[in-house]
Amino acid sequence: MSTPKILDPPPTTLAQPPLPPVTRKVRKGRQSWRRAFRRDWQLYSLALLPLVFFVVFRYLPMIGNVIAFRRFRPGGSIFGEYWVGLRYVKMFLSDPTFWDVFTNTLILGGLTLLVCFPLPIVLALLLNEVRTRYLKRFVQSVSYLPHFLSIVIVAGMIMQMLSVDGVVNQLVNALGGEPSAFLQKPEWFRTIYVSSEAWQTVGWGTILYLAALTTIDQDLYEAARIDGANRWRQTWHVTLPGIRPTMMTLLILNIGTFMAVGFEKILLIYNPLTYETADVISTYVYRVGIVSGNLSYAAAIGLFESVIGLVLVLSANFISRRTVGTSLW
Amino acid sequence: MVTLDALRRPTRRKPGIRPTRGYRAFQVVNAIVLTGVVVVTLYPFINIVARSMSDQASIISGEVNLLPKGFNVTSYEHVMSDSMFWRNYRNTVYYTFVATSVALILTTTYAYVLSKKHLKGRTFLVAVAVFTMFFNGGLIPNYVLVTSLGLKNSVWAIALPNAISVFNLLVMKAFFESLPTDLEEAAAVDGLSTYGILLRIVLPLSKAIVATMVLFYAVSFWNSWFSAFLYMDRQELFPVTVYLRNLIAGSTGAEFAGAIAETDEAQVDATIKSVTIVLTTLPILTVYPFIQRYFVSGIMLGAVKG
Repeated sequence: MSTPKILDPPPTTLAQPPLPPVTRKVRKGRQSWRRAFRRDWQLYSLALLPLVFFVVFRYLPMIGNVIAFRRFRPGGSIFGEYWVGLRYVKMFLSDPTFWDVFTNTLILGGLTLLVCFPLPIVLALLLNEVRTRYLKRFVQSVSYLPHFLSIVIVAGMIMQMLSVDGVVNQLVNALGGEPSAFLQKPEWFRTIYVSSEAWQTVGWGTILYLAALTTIDQDLYEAARIDGANRWRQTWHVTLPGIRPTMMTLLILNIGTFMAVGFEKILLIYNPLTYETADVISTYVYRVGIVSGNLSYAAAIGLFESVIGLVLVLSANFISRRTVGTSLW
Repeated sequence: MVTLDALRRPTRRKPGIRPTRGYRAFQVVNAIVLTGVVVVTLYPFINIVARSMSDQASIISGEVNLLPKGFNVTSYEHVMSDSMFWRNYRNTVYYTFVATSVALILTTTYAYVLSKKHLKGRTFLVAVAVFTMFFNGGLIPNYVLVTSLGLKNSVWAIALPNAISVFNLLVMKAFFESLPTDLEEAAAVDGLSTYGILLRIVLPLSKAIVATMVLFYAVSFWNSWFSAFLYMDRQELFPVTVYLRNLIAGSTGAEFAGAIAETDEAQVDATIKSVTIVLTTLPILTVYPFIQRYFVSGIMLGAVKG
């Protein structure tokens, strides 16, 4: 065909040769694919490299999880040597450390969600009430800053501030307390983790809420005022319902990352003295798999974590769609 | 200009009722809370800078807070005279450059394909990407894969496994979808190929989003440490984040310990870490005021359509 490759009108408007009625459906499907390829082969060719990326670096590792059920030999096939069934699953289910890290994951994830999910909403509402524009922008700029730091730098700052000669202990001293090495105390780890997480994420978390706040119809406030609603009631009955879709979307996304709680940060700031409260599934997987080399065993635990994560996000999405009608897809 | 301002002014103030007493009290409390937020956010930065410029005695006795005590910059000289530090810094620049370039090419091409609504199989191509947001292979299979591909100790171990961030992909797709199609159609009629349209028509119109993507990727690769930590075995291959990680984790390399052998241990503990933190944060802090708004607009664009 020597017709120029232009953006054809939609295929339905093209005259189609009459087809025998029996094979019509099959032929039609195949033919439109062929036509799509002939028309858009250049677009498809552009998708090729990215697809290779997704297959190799995203889907292959998913399939690679079969080593959780197979004997794995370093240097051998990435899919392992032979089936061992549920051996590794049984192994971790009867491993007391696994249940410890499982509990820690739930607690740490739960606390993070409890603190770091509502705080940006509060901050966004407060920022929304600031009438001086440059002041608002200044607070925003400052509060976004921690988001841009490497997690290693954040960890370094945490360590410096909590060291025996750091600012926190200076405060403890001033209040007449005994200075202590907080990062070596398991009872402090959760507080440290959650507050540093809040420091890093709260400001950045306001962006989407602030955007959602600007889309609320000003007439609604007007109407509420005429009905005699004061500021609090306006916030409660107009503002919060206005940003509810954003809240639900972010809540679902947060629940989806619940199981993978701050792996990199915990890896940087925990130590054997605080494993008791700090060790989570992902860090345990890292130590068992990469440090000690029990790859199959670690893969079994990791797979368990990913599956729970997926189930959580799907159920959160389902519940949200049923109750408030907000859904990710 | 004057008329515009006149039009805009009334909407800025809440029309109608004068603020009540309660609301004015709230404004005061609000100002105090927000000042608190600013102070709490900035405090660690100021403290770390103060520590990095103080002498060891003042630090150990816990006197350094907002201002340096016993001002000196010897620790800066020590860190900056360490050749490994600069070598690792150069690695960071190199890794960031390569990884960002790869990511940009793959993300742009895929986002462009996904933005073509008429394309058959488009839903499937989108699903291929979006599914990976919610389910991933996990640490161990990824590690096994990268190792067995022989990517260890090369920049590709950092660049390839993270080449497409699905969030960035969706942001860019949303942008391409918002572009008017007439120009592209006209170019197609003139006989320009799809590649030509992308390169000569679409990309020049998309400078803003490309800049945003460069920043998104560059900052994330600049800050990343775990891939390098996992896949680089030799100190001279580390990015500066891993250098810092090893320093704060206490496992300083042999060369580094040699460079600071003449100073005593306490000085190392007290100021070298702070200095290294300051020196690695500095580039981000310098560009931050200029790049911040691109990030914000990028996030918004992703949120609207994503």
